[in-house]
Amino acid sequence: MIPVSWFLVLSGVLFALGVAAFLIKKDLLVMFLAVEVMLNAANLAFVAFARLHGLLEGQAAVFFIITVAAAEAAVGLAIILLVFRRKKTVKADDISVLKG
Amino acid sequence: MKDVFWLIPLLPAAGALGLLVFGSRLHRAAVSFVGCLTVLASFLLSLLSFLGLSGEAAAQGPQIKVLFDWLDAGRFSAGLSLQFDALTAVMALVVTGVGFVIHVYSVGYMRGDRSYARYFGLLNLFVFSMLLLVMASNMIVLFIGWEGVGLCSYLLIGFWFEKPAAAAAGKKAFILNRIGDAAFLMGILFLFVHVGGTEFRLIERTALDGGLGTGAATLIGLLLFAGACGKSAQLPLYVWLPDAMEGPTPVSALIHAATMVTAGVYMVARLNPLYSLSPPALQTVAVVGAVTAVFAATMALVQNDIKRVLAYSTISQLGFMFIGCGVGAYSAGIFHLFTHAFFKSLLFLAAGSVMHALSGELDLRRMGGLRRYLPLTYAAFLVGTVAISGVPFFSGFFSKDAILTSAFSAGRHFVWVLGLLAAVMTAFYMFRLLLRVFHGRERLDPEAKAHLHESPPVMTVPLIVLALLSVSAGYLALPAVFGKDLDRFGRFLGSVIPAGADAHVSLGTEWLLLLASTTVALLGIGLAFLFYGRPTVIPEALVRKFPRLFSLVANKYYVDEVYGAVIVNPLLRGSEAVYRRFDLKVIDGAVNGTARLTALAGRGLNVLQTGRVRDYALALLSGLLVVLGVLVL
Repeated sequence: MIPVSWFLVLSGVLFALGVAAFLIKKDLLVMFLAVEVMLNAANLAFVAFARLHGLLEGQAAVFFIITVAAAEAAVGLAIILLVFRRKKTVKADDISVLKG
Repeated sequence: MKDVFWLIPLLPAAGALGLLVFGSRLHRAAVSFVGCLTVLASFLLSLLSFLGLSGEAAAQGPQIKVLFDWLDAGRFSAGLSLQFDALTAVMALVVTGVGFVIHVYSVGYMRGDRSYARYFGLLNLFVFSMLLLVMASNMIVLFIGWEGVGLCSYLLIGFWFEKPAAAAAGKKAFILNRIGDAAFLMGILFLFVHVGGTEFRLIERTALDGGLGTGAATLIGLLLFAGACGKSAQLPLYVWLPDAMEGPTPVSALIHAATMVTAGVYMVARLNPLYSLSPPALQTVAVVGAVTAVFAATMALVQNDIKRVLAYSTISQLGFMFIGCGVGAYSAGIFHLFTHAFFKSLLFLAAGSVMHALSGELDLRRMGGLRRYLPLTYAAFLVGTVAISGVPFFSGFFSKDAILTSAFSAGRHFVWVLGLLAAVMTAFYMFRLLLRVFHGRERLDPEAKAHLHESPPVMTVPLIVLALLSVSAGYLALPAVFGKDLDRFGRFLGSVIPAGADAHVSLGTEWLLLLASTTVALLGIGLAFLFYGRPTVIPEALVRKFPRLFSLVANKYYVDEVYGAVIVNPLLRGSEAVYRRFDLKVIDGAVNGTARLTALAGRGLNVLQTGRVRDYALALLSGLLVVLGVLVL
């Protein structure tokens, strides 16, 4: 039996990797992937805790999150596509119209 | 039909409302009809109520009609209530009677004016306010009327507001009255404090029961008198009245001669129980009246504007009325108010008729010899002049003599001498006016002469009516030398103004006083004839001999200039300084500073908004770490 703490450590490592990738990478698509990694790190933590407490709610929540994430991925990709069409680039640093 | 008197003020109010709202859509004839008829109806109602007063009813005190309780808060209460007693009857009859005559005259005088309906609407509104003033049964309602007539005065002086002088004159009248009214209002508030209410009955009862100390009575009396000084154009607040002549002449006759300016005299007479408690207040009233009477008369001597001479004369005559009140002869003061209303409005209307004939000319130096062209106007003016000058057996003689006799018998010899002096000058300047306008060489503008014509009957009939009243009104109160109990006027007022307020002198003394009054009147007239009766150089010679004195008087003692330099300019300049230092610097500075600070802060924080997603993510992360750190540690 693998202890819960291992799952949690894995979740934390995944999240940290996601954050690092989000901060380091400049490509919108890769940044989007990083976000998905962070999301799934959170999912993992949910499931781990659900198992620890012997409850189903955490697992159920994960299904919802996966569903919503799918929709969100579709929207996010569509936005990236549109950005590319307008700007001819997907480099995050080149897109800074909202500068103050 | 006993308590219909409360309808008296409501009729002109209805007329005013109708004319001011719908007047511009009505035909002129309809406007004249409504304007005059409401006042006539008021007059008839007043007459009815007056007849109902005779006999025993008068002694029982005033009839009172409470229309509704207006304010009721703790100890403070004020009902909107009207009353009708002898004094009110006299005033209501004068206001509606003279008012009606002047309304009729206005139909002719204002013919062709663009704002005909506005004129009659305002005139009706004035009559309403004035009736409210004289019929009020407490000081609060009186104050409403008091402010109402002030408002109408302002609106009617500035009736031709396209003319800058008229607009300025209206403003001047309003502001000067405001100064007096501030004191007046304080007086009313002190009445609440010391008497506990402002109902006239209550004031009278408290005063007679000794519930009011001399100090309190003096304070209240002086404050209220300050208000009267504003409204009745006494020193030092008189300067608005000569300027008020910018208004239409019938307005000058009604408001600035016969009715509104006498409101102060009415107020003092109405509060006679209070004033009688305070010798210092009465003394002030008498002295201010006497000094004003002389002071204004000197200015009337040298004016060249026909209406301004009459204006200064009005101020002077109001001074006489205050002398009467101030020496305790309230009924004599009211009697002079009564006769003055007739002859002064007659003089104003006759002057209006002269202006009408001469296409608006006001300057005496471009008149002369008019009696051949304007016989009726001349006759009317002559009657008015004779009456005001105090020629025996005309009304002004009886009323002025009553005041002077009372002043003498009350032991105020100084006031009496000032009164005689003013009487000489009155006779002089009035006959100077008469001779300069109607006699002597014609000095007319050729163009004006071409249009010269006597006024239409709608204007001359009112003159005739007023002339008859000017002659006969005096016989209501004959001096004691002609027999006992001929002072019907005083007896009629007895229920409001206790008789015996004025001490009596022996018949011999009274004869002498009568002789003195007659002598000064004839002296003034004689001097006027000497100066202006035939071509002579006396006036010019006098001017050459006393050039300084002449220019001092001709420039109205520079009072306007002094007020301007001492009060108006410092105020203006002070306001300017405050505006520059405080408004611009402090207030605007605070507002603009706040805005500038916000903009600055925004620009500083702008740097954070780079537009790069990574920076935001980093900020989010650091925020998260901070929160976690706080939670864990």
